[in-house]
Amino acid sequence: MIGKLDDYLRFNETALSLRSQRQELLASNIANADTPNYKARDIDFSNALQASLSKAAQTGPMATTSQGHIANGPAAADGKVLPDGTPVLYRNVSQGAVDGNTVDMDVERTQFADNALRYEAGITMINHQIHNLLAAIQNNQ
Amino acid sequence: MSLFNVFNVAGSAMSAQSQRLNTTASNLANADSATSASGEAYRAKQVVFEAVPVAGGSTAVKVREVVDDPSPMKQVYDPKHPLADDKGYVTMPNVNVVDEMVNMLSASRSYQTNVETMNAAKTMLLKTLTIGQ
Repeated sequence: MIGKLDDYLRFNETALSLRSQRQELLASNIANADTPNYKARDIDFSNALQASLSKAAQTGPMATTSQGHIANGPAAADGKVLPDGTPVLYRNVSQGAVDGNTVDMDVERTQFADNALRYEAGITMINHQIHNLLAAIQNNQ
Repeated sequence: MSLFNVFNVAGSAMSAQSQRLNTTASNLANADSATSASGEAYRAKQVVFEAVPVAGGSTAVKVREVVDDPSPMKQVYDPKHPLADDKGYVTMPNVNVVDEMVNMLSASRSYQTNVETMNAAKTMLLKTLTIGQ
């Protein structure tokens, strides 16, 4: 029964967790807009969500216990991953800067606002799910 | 909870930008300081930003060091000045006022952006608290 409740809420919970991690990355990009040689980074949200959901469906990730084992899960270009294994990618540069910084403030601000809005939408949806559950439990009284 | 990291990241950027603004203020204030405690004319200061990785994959920013501007000092011809050398030239600070004004605007805008980032994270966290209500 508890497993079913988990499954029911899993999609939105995974999406919210990824959204909050992406928000953190975008905040880092905005914070480092004036740092020389800083490269803007982001995650591929839809791939990351699918990977997280398929990972959650399995019993658990396989651990590498020896040097000879092939690492499990996706690896980013520089091996940089979020704590849940999502690869962190570098943003493509549209207008380069002389100091080697690749933060485009317009892109970052737009993505930041977009991500925040989608996060709030996710919260609204998880709230509706909880209300549906309550309605079922209380027989709509 | 990773959203709390946004406060650390944006906060680090705010303190770095305010230090940059402080340097700019110091440079503009001393744009005409022909001498100082060391007996030499004031040299413009510049901050060097550095990206610092923090836990959870995000990157904060800090001021690595404050460096003296290496550009040459201004030589002003003013024989009546008490600090003029035997040829009548006074060494004046190498502060470029135009650069400093641009720096000031950039620092103040970046500071504002980070305040907004922090506010957005705060709104999101408050919204998270409404789950299940």
